[in-house]
Amino acid sequence: MKSRNKKLVLAVAVMSVLALMVLLTSAGQGERAATAPIRIGVAGPHSGDLATFGLPTVNASRMVADRINEAGGINGRRIELIVEDELCQPEVAANTAAKLIGDGVTAIIGHICSGATFAVLETYLDSNLVSISPSATNPALTQSGDFPNFFRTIASDDAQARLQVDFVLDTMDARRIVILHDRGDYGRGLAEFARGFVEADGRGQVVLFDGITPGAVDYSAIIARVEAARPDVVMYGGYHPEASRLIGQMRGRGMTVPFISGDGVQDDAFIQTAGAAAEGVFATGPMDTADNPMAQDATSRHRERFGEDPGPFFMNGYAAAVALFAAIEAGGTDYDGIRNALRNNTVETPLGPIRFDERGDAMGVGFAVYQVQNGRYVELR
Amino acid sequence: MNYFLNLVIGGLTRGSIYALLALGYTMVYGIIELINFAHGEIYMIGAFTALIVALALSFLGLDGISILVIASLIAMVYSAAYGFTMEKIAYKPVRNSLRLSALISAIGMSLFLQNYVRLAQTSNFVPFPTLIPEMQFLQTLPVRINSAQVVILTTTAIVMVALTFLIKFTRIGKSMRAASQDKTMAMLLGVNVNRVISVTFVIGSATAALGGVLISSFTGQINFYIGFMAGIKAFVAAVLGGIGSIPGAVLGSFVLGLTESLGAGYISSDYEDVFAFAILIIILILKPSGLLGRPENKKV
Repeated sequence: MKSRNKKLVLAVAVMSVLALMVLLTSAGQGERAATAPIRIGVAGPHSGDLATFGLPTVNASRMVADRINEAGGINGRRIELIVEDELCQPEVAANTAAKLIGDGVTAIIGHICSGATFAVLETYLDSNLVSISPSATNPALTQSGDFPNFFRTIASDDAQARLQVDFVLDTMDARRIVILHDRGDYGRGLAEFARGFVEADGRGQVVLFDGITPGAVDYSAIIARVEAARPDVVMYGGYHPEASRLIGQMRGRGMTVPFISGDGVQDDAFIQTAGAAAEGVFATGPMDTADNPMAQDATSRHRERFGEDPGPFFMNGYAAAVALFAAIEAGGTDYDGIRNALRNNTVETPLGPIRFDERGDAMGVGFAVYQVQNGRYVELR
Repeated sequence: MNYFLNLVIGGLTRGSIYALLALGYTMVYGIIELINFAHGEIYMIGAFTALIVALALSFLGLDGISILVIASLIAMVYSAAYGFTMEKIAYKPVRNSLRLSALISAIGMSLFLQNYVRLAQTSNFVPFPTLIPEMQFLQTLPVRINSAQVVILTTTAIVMVALTFLIKFTRIGKSMRAASQDKTMAMLLGVNVNRVISVTFVIGSATAALGGVLISSFTGQINFYIGFMAGIKAFVAAVLGGIGSIPGAVLGSFVLGLTESLGAGYISSDYEDVFAFAILIIILILKPSGLLGRPENKKV
């Protein structure tokens, strides 16, 4: 009796699962009709301490998508954005990717952090999906050749490290150089490029190269070590929460050594948290786009709609959305069509006219050096 | 030599903070054999409370030290209330079920408190005011020591002495020792075990909050996630010293703080966590019950 009951339950369970699958597939087919919206995933950190890096791209994607939808969509199909938060954590991003694929997206704008981006590209590649990031700067993303589905509207870290090292050696005339990083894909990558360039140049000397633990209770030990190395400059690869603690503790000990970092620190959140200690800090970041008419237009519309100035990577995110939608319009919604259009067509963006090279890097996008002066980042030169 | 002393002071500072947290872990474990994973969150809540109080008080124009004292006291009371409530809501109902239930309840509590603070306050890092003023006489010392470090070290020492006194010589301390030896027997002899457990949570939470306030005014920034890493490290310190033993937790914390600091200073800060966990493994291999832990005698 008991075993028969069990069998019955099993049969009902199997049948209900099958019924569900039938329902799901038929729903999926219905949506693939020619007038159905084109779904685009937008993935990045939208909460947590790195949210300031992710949210501007969401705003940018919304602004570009709304504008296209108001004008009738792409070939008559509306754009529907599916926004997913992954906190810049690789393990969360893997789930996000699976969800976006399940939602039937055509392409993805994102991800934001290099570590999370590495975690998802293979999954997207298996599903023939293009991913276009406004901010993932790790060089291997494009240079390894492993991810033909990856594009980005920002220059890679080696270009950024090159600029930092040139600035340190030529402009600051520094010779004893300490390089710290946060051990993440982005921070360590940036730091290792910087070390390579310093050593290749020969004028300067890396007197200390070490990683710090994000979230550790305090950084006294590593700071004592930096002090003992008597550096002319401290270079840091990582994000602003650790940078503001490092600089705060260093200035608190009376160390006045110059501090230079990358676009992970070139954010107003760094100045707010570090306060007075932020003054004089250098950081490289995407070039100022204030002169570009499309950027000016995007900024003023952003102010109108959201009541504030756009945040970090907004212009890169805007450019990514513009380039992606143009490519879908020109090449259709299939993988090869989008890729060919991204590579062959030049698009007008807030960063200037861009086109992608064979590896997926945007041509004509670069970095500039900024310095905190009176509580604001000011572009040097 | 100077460099070495710098690292030692850094290590002791770190160890003090771990110790203030590890006390809560070890005291709770000593009595109800529960690893209270939400303990780090109490530390974080203490820091947030102090920040809010400090911002309110700075409008009144008080000086740094009095703000620090008032903010710490309020944070301790507030966090103690959290600890008390947490025990009543999350641990008391499952006290007599499997130990795993209480453990999962603790993890749930930890996630809940983290996300509660994230939503109620902010997900960003917020600057924490430097409340401890520079002390002039420190400039004359040959060793570089920060006034915040002095305050952290002395406060921890005072708390340790007070706690030892409480446990050794007061009535409630005696009840705590009795309850940790044998809960049922203590109950039969008229000890109000429920009250003892509540008091343990209150004391543990208050010291954790104090640690949170002190380290935040030293590092200058907090967010909702600071309790996680500090909690894990303090837990390691408690296990290292012998979980359940109060002097053990303190010793374990200093061993851990010094190992991390000297390891980072002389070898590489890249491997800071590796040193912390390596020393844990080595000590547990040599002495499975921790440095000062009682060897477990299975009752037959």
